Amino acid sequence: MAQHAIAHGEHEPTTTGLNHRKMLMWAFLGSDCMFFGSLIATYLVYKNRSMAGPLPEDVFSIPVTTVSTFVLLMSSMSMVLAYAALTRNNMTTFRIWLASTAIMGMTFIAFQVYEFRTFANYEVVVKCSDVGVAELTPVQQQVAEKCGTPDEHDGKVEEVVGLTPRTNLFGTTFFTLTGFHGAHVTLGIVWLLSLLFLSFKKGQVTPERNLDVDLAALYWHFVDVVWIVIFTVVYLFGVFPGY
Amino acid sequence: MTTIAFPIPRPTHPSGVWNWITTIDHKKIGVLYGVTAFLLFLSGGLEALLMRIQLAGPNQNIVSAEVFNQLFTMHGTTMIFLAIMPLSAAFFNFVVPLQIGARDVAFPRLNAFSYWTFLAGAIILKISWFTGGATNAGWFGYAPLTSVQQNPGTGIDYWIISLQVLGIASLAASFNFIVTIINMRAPGMSFMRLPLFTWMTFITAILVVLAFPVITVALIELYFDRAFGMNFFNVAKGGDPVLWQHLFWVFGHPEVYILILPAMGIVSDIIPTFSKKPLFGYPAIVLAGAIIAFMGWMVWSHHMFTVGLGPIPITVFTITTMAIAVPTGVKVFNWMGTMWGGAMDFKTPMLFAVGFVAMFTIGGISGVMHSMASSDAQQQDTYFIVAHIHYVLFGGAIFAIFAGIYYWFPKITGRMYNERLGQITFWVIFIAFNLAFFPMHFLGLDGMPRRIYTYDASMGWNLWNGVSTLGVVMLAVGILMFMHNIARSWRKGDVAGADPWDGRTLEWSIPSPPPEYNFAEIPEVHDRDDWWARKRREVRREVPVGGGSGEDETEHDIHMPQPSYWPFVVSCGILIGAFGLVYPVANYAIAAIGVFIGTVAVYAWSFEPVNDPEEGGDHAAH
Repeated sequence: MAQHAIAHGEHEPTTTGLNHRKMLMWAFLGSDCMFFGSLIATYLVYKNRSMAGPLPEDVFSIPVTTVSTFVLLMSSMSMVLAYAALTRNNMTTFRIWLASTAIMGMTFIAFQVYEFRTFANYEVVVKCSDVGVAELTPVQQQVAEKCGTPDEHDGKVEEVVGLTPRTNLFGTTFFTLTGFHGAHVTLGIVWLLSLLFLSFKKGQVTPERNLDVDLAALYWHFVDVVWIVIFTVVYLFGVFPGY
Repeated sequence: MTTIAFPIPRPTHPSGVWNWITTIDHKKIGVLYGVTAFLLFLSGGLEALLMRIQLAGPNQNIVSAEVFNQLFTMHGTTMIFLAIMPLSAAFFNFVVPLQIGARDVAFPRLNAFSYWTFLAGAIILKISWFTGGATNAGWFGYAPLTSVQQNPGTGIDYWIISLQVLGIASLAASFNFIVTIINMRAPGMSFMRLPLFTWMTFITAILVVLAFPVITVALIELYFDRAFGMNFFNVAKGGDPVLWQHLFWVFGHPEVYILILPAMGIVSDIIPTFSKKPLFGYPAIVLAGAIIAFMGWMVWSHHMFTVGLGPIPITVFTITTMAIAVPTGVKVFNWMGTMWGGAMDFKTPMLFAVGFVAMFTIGGISGVMHSMASSDAQQQDTYFIVAHIHYVLFGGAIFAIFAGIYYWFPKITGRMYNERLGQITFWVIFIAFNLAFFPMHFLGLDGMPRRIYTYDASMGWNLWNGVSTLGVVMLAVGILMFMHNIARSWRKGDVAGADPWDGRTLEWSIPSPPPEYNFAEIPEVHDRDDWWARKRREVRREVPVGGGSGEDETEHDIHMPQPSYWPFVVSCGILIGAFGLVYPVANYAIAAIGVFIGTVAVYAWSFEPVNDPEEGGDHAAH
């Protein structure tokens, strides 16, 4: 028992034997669930209520986001491997996996930045021969109204519609929800890099003092789980008709 | 433990301002919370007094309509977030570690951080009076009254940012108390032996942890609408103001229980002590508290019966609202059952506690009246609602807080308040309270809307408004009497002794005021109301009372966590950063400075060990 308590950097045994800081982390994650729950609820309440395009089916690219989702999920695995290496006192392996986790997190953020920029510059191209023949999304119909005007070139009209937080309800709720998730990932990256830096200082990150890494891992996994919900509810339900 | 050398040494201030700024002693932080929150309570009371003077007679123009809007908004926000919640937090801090037999809370520095961040939030809210007008959209800030088109000043922004900062403080404190109560209980102190106040603190902390993120999101959405032109509540782009109402009340109704459950806990500790009986139906009263907290999440739409939700939601929320009166009623009967046949001793805390039971029951009954949607449609936005909320929050929460202050005053200061003056104060406040707020029932049923800055003489509301204002003036006199008693007794009161009330819970087993380490030896708990039982056991065995209870004044080898600058510095960073965010004077450079200070301090904090092994190394044997 005493050994266990010291291993977690504590001075006195606790009533339950569980570590104070770990318990606090779980309480914080419970609180954060309500935070994301409220943002997701707002998104769902306003789903299909935008008064103008672009809409999810216009801008989402499921293959691209699938790749970034995969990267983020793999980062959870490397986090597990990092923690396991630390408990086996294999510091080099620990550092490699910890750095991989942070790099995969950064990759995810890079994808998100790319995605946000693409959405903000979203361009609609409509073949005027499609008007009245093919099924057009509302935003395409909006642009197709320019067919037959001097804006028509080579039988096509095009316009940068752009999705920003101000464009419509979808933009407002989408950027707020995914933006706060991205902020959580960014904070996690800073945390992981801080631990990586500390692991080069003597006695800061050791198999006995693994709680610091354990807590960062809990946070990291939580942020990944939230992304699974967002990917399903926002992206997949966004493009499949009927949801 | 190797530490990264940090250029700033550990603070060592045995006394003075720096001692208070760097303290991480839960008792001192409790006192800081209590004194600060009481001053803010006075500021909220002053706002109320101005409103009542304006409404004393018809067609008065002492304050303008615009200032009146700011007054009622600030009064509500102040009393809820800056008075009742932190006054409860003062008791959480001072009393809970003593009741569970702990030497401090689980995270002493986080505790200091909670206080300083609360103070930062209070400063931001109150300073808005002097920076071009305070918030004026009512304490629940309904959209679209808060939109930048309707409300272009900075009042709303100060309100948003202040509530966010206060949210950080409340969340940090609640995480701390959840862990403290689960993990710092003395041996033998099982959950079903916890004193009721600790139980209700625990339930309240869980409510805060789950409810505050919802208001955080609502305020973020509002801030984004105002600062960045987003569309959350922008009707022109399809936004729905009712979403604000839902988010606000999903937070707002649990918040009601965040305000009242600690009060119920205080009363549940006082009534058995002054009835010389164990609490009647302990498991029932604990379970009732838990059920209230759980059901508090299912009733929020009863604040929105007149919005037009449709018959099904209205029926559902009517039923859940009526149902939540049941566990509340259980508690009232438990308190009465405790008093029944007891050797009642009407000291001032007991007077306030019994006053709480009576006044809260009146407020509860008018609450059940609102649960009926058809009846609520008549009462919505009238003075009847104002009467109801003041019976539950003043007659309820504030009465219990006064009871708690008188009850624990000897423990906190080591001195006894003036009992005679205390009893007179109770009767002045009790009569004044009913004079001030009971007539509001009549005014409301007579159709007087809340939040009007004046009314015409022909409306027939003159008499009861006059009576109400008279009551509030008398209430101010009562509060002044209370302050006189406390201020005088703190310096000159009789020495109280460790256990002046023949108490039941562990805080009475240690000297008054408690030593820095609280318990010389961590007690072993064998009973519910362990101290009471221990006194009886030891009397039978003729063993002197107080063994192992810390009454020995000699130095003990107890290693306590050391003071720290960093919680205070992080809170300063938050204060500076928050000012930078207030729109439309948004100055992100200031915000960046605040974030920088906060970040540096967070890192310094995390590298600073709770206990410095180099200092006080001779205590390391412990």
